Amino acid sequence: MTLRSVAVDRSRLPEPGPSKTFAFPAIRKSTLDSGLGVWSVYHPQVPVVSLMLLVRCGAAADPPGKDGLAAITADMLDEGSGDRSAIDIHEALANLGAQFDTDIGSDAIVVSTTALSRFTDRVLGLMADVVVRPALRDGDFARVRQLRLHRLMQLRDIPSAVADRAFLKLLYGTHPYGHAPIGSEAALREMTADDVRAFHASAIRPSVSTLIAVGDCAHDDVVRFAKAAFGDWDVNGARRLQPSGEDTDSLALHSEDAVSASLPTRLAVIARPRAPQSELRIGHVAVPRSTPDYHALLVANAILGGQFVSRVNLKLREEKGFTYGARTAFEFRRMPGPFVLQVGVQTAATAEAIQESLRELSDIRGDRPATSAELALGMAALTRGYARNFETADQIARGVMQLALYDLPDDYFAAFVPAVERVTVDDISRVMQHHLDPARLTTLVVGDIDAIGQDLGRLNLGAPVTLPADSF
Amino acid sequence: MTLSFTKHTLGNGLDVILHEDRACPIVAVNLWYHVGSKNERPGHTGFAHLFEHLMFEGSQHHDHGYFQPLQGAGATLNGSTNADRTNYWEVVPSNALELALWMESDRMGYLLPALTEAKFSNQRDVVLNERRQNYENRPYGLASMALLAALFPPDHPYHWATIGEVADLQAVQLDEVHAFFRRYYHPANASLSLAGDIDADDALAVVDQYFGSIEPGPRADRVSASASLASNVRLVLEDRVELPRLYLAWLTPAMFAEGDADLDLATDLLANGKTSRLYKRLVFDERIATDVSASQNSREIGAFAQLTATAAPGRTLAELERAILEEIARVAADGPTDAEIERGRVQAEAQFVYRLQTVGGFGGKSDQLNAYNVFIGDPAYFDRDLERYHAVTRASLQQAVARFLNPDRRVTLSIVPDGRFDLAVPDSTPAVVG
Repeated sequence: MTLRSVAVDRSRLPEPGPSKTFAFPAIRKSTLDSGLGVWSVYHPQVPVVSLMLLVRCGAAADPPGKDGLAAITADMLDEGSGDRSAIDIHEALANLGAQFDTDIGSDAIVVSTTALSRFTDRVLGLMADVVVRPALRDGDFARVRQLRLHRLMQLRDIPSAVADRAFLKLLYGTHPYGHAPIGSEAALREMTADDVRAFHASAIRPSVSTLIAVGDCAHDDVVRFAKAAFGDWDVNGARRLQPSGEDTDSLALHSEDAVSASLPTRLAVIARPRAPQSELRIGHVAVPRSTPDYHALLVANAILGGQFVSRVNLKLREEKGFTYGARTAFEFRRMPGPFVLQVGVQTAATAEAIQESLRELSDIRGDRPATSAELALGMAALTRGYARNFETADQIARGVMQLALYDLPDDYFAAFVPAVERVTVDDISRVMQHHLDPARLTTLVVGDIDAIGQDLGRLNLGAPVTLPADSF
Repeated sequence: MTLSFTKHTLGNGLDVILHEDRACPIVAVNLWYHVGSKNERPGHTGFAHLFEHLMFEGSQHHDHGYFQPLQGAGATLNGSTNADRTNYWEVVPSNALELALWMESDRMGYLLPALTEAKFSNQRDVVLNERRQNYENRPYGLASMALLAALFPPDHPYHWATIGEVADLQAVQLDEVHAFFRRYYHPANASLSLAGDIDADDALAVVDQYFGSIEPGPRADRVSASASLASNVRLVLEDRVELPRLYLAWLTPAMFAEGDADLDLATDLLANGKTSRLYKRLVFDERIATDVSASQNSREIGAFAQLTATAAPGRTLAELERAILEEIARVAADGPTDAEIERGRVQAEAQFVYRLQTVGGFGGKSDQLNAYNVFIGDPAYFDRDLERYHAVTRASLQQAVARFLNPDRRVTLSIVPDGRFDLAVPDSTPAVVG
């Protein structure tokens, strides 16, 4: 073809054309006799399959005094099965080119594998081996526990990790969300392989699990392979062991008001002498995923601190140059999750960064409400590119997993864009007033307290509570 | 397995690569400038990366932030700089392709009129904070700088880290920024790749409309430099860490050169994942390390292999060093097993399939096409790249390890907790990093 360079109109930006229609993935669902859900999406673009086993039981189900039990149990799954060692299992996976991962959050354990789709049946077999029939041997437990104790030790070196863990504790105390999944050194030291075996038997069950398969694999095949692999996963015949004599379902479903209602710490500090930056966390316990305000909160957060072009990032990074980046998030979970502003700022700017952050969190509630331009931008950022979340098998599987974890309807994806588009500027003010309370905010600083202590004193947040770095 | 495309070169020298994938209504716009920190000079480091930041601060016809219109159209976007190249990308709904091309072409053609002292000094502060966050305030964060400085001589452009030296960043003047832009940011030093929901002919016409009239600048000189290690360099660095960590590094063949693929697979079988020899020995059996990993870091005019292991409490780095060298010597003497070669082959094939899953972002199809085009001059290299891994044999891998992971020509770096020089491997001298 012949190309001809013509002058282009640079006086204005080109307007995007009409949006293309997009068919959201259709989810097919079956349930095995054991209660295991088998959900699939046919996505044949590339000969790959993403397999995720969601167990709706996570670190929030750790029994009292055993913080970290769910996580170490999840970590132990791939440490061998039957008479095969961890190495044997991983060699079998590697020989298929499969990528295996175990992930744990407050509400769930997820065991996932990405593989070439021609190996779907074999990979499911290996996943069943580790999830249903893990060896959970004493010797392996001792080694894995030791590695996790070393990891905890190393986390003390990482300012952002120190801040994250301490902040959860400040916000939630002894509530099931008050600890990071990895747990604490004290609890891990007391833990035994028996604890792990008991937790596995009682918490990792087909009735609270969903197998999600997305890729170049038909639903009927997925179900057939799942039956072959997981068909004998049924704890009804086995004696149910209960950690600490409590039922894990009730642990996983603490009510909202379990979160302490007492007055929060306004300002807390953890000393990190000579640190060039301060890690800041500002927030409070907010809302569960089930809130009817979910879509409005997403838009509100996009405006506040959820994207590059947000008030908090523009202020702290693009105007002040205090940081490489700042962001806010409502972390939606089954129970009320935290709202957190997080940022690392140069030491000298610590107090001013806190002041500016608190001002932004307060202003959006009314003094400087979201404008219609901000609303339009925040809304468009969430809706116009929505289709890109459904490009790869892994993305789709993660999306579908949200439906299973939070009891969302099958038409959730299709309903998302219209729901966001219904949000108004009044909604933004309303949900910010309702779910973001400046009086309840806790500010945590991990930094060079000798250098910034005096500035912090002028913040009007009361005397800072000093936390030792290894207190959690 | 192929990654189909068409390639055109506009009159001003801009390479344009087009890949159709209509599965999802999105397009990846990916633009590489063949400039990175290896184009910098000593005393002026950190420049290419600082410049990347300035590219998001507005251009003549849109002198506002770069993010706003694109996010408002539903895009995600980012950029990155390494030693060899700078890339910028947007993934947009396909109805907003023209907007992305408008924005990318405006900052290619018309950046300087909008570049003010205020923007410049703001982004310098941001970069200094990026450096604090990712290097200075991060445990073991200065190790990579110490290794590069020891592996490559001071006049070699891989001697310094892409983020740059603090003093250099503080000394940069705005006129240097202008000169840098004119020299490297122009069509003849760039490669544009579009992947996704496009019609290739239509897309090419729109690309030409936006980029075709931008004047080409001077051809950038190829950077050449060489490095060699005549002996062992043994360094120690204190850091705010609980556990000491050992780094071993060697100079190795450059990206795509003979031995590069062998060392990719060799580092995997030595130290990556639970199937690797060193994981089995150090972490699983002997339990003297908490973690181990390795990589062949392939770059355009050179490379280095790196192996890292953290000591378990009470264990010494000398113990780790001894065990690691034994395992390397074993591969150098006997080569890998047939099973290891077969596993490496299967994993390579799977990796290449996984790489076909997404059109955009870092490592997506658009990014890969540009990588092959910029470094090899041929976007079609995807297929031959996989062949490199299939061609690895027990003998070739053994020879590469024997030749390049030479125990007598390496850099050994101990990172130890503050004040604990006694935990370093013997005969180490303090490293100096910025």
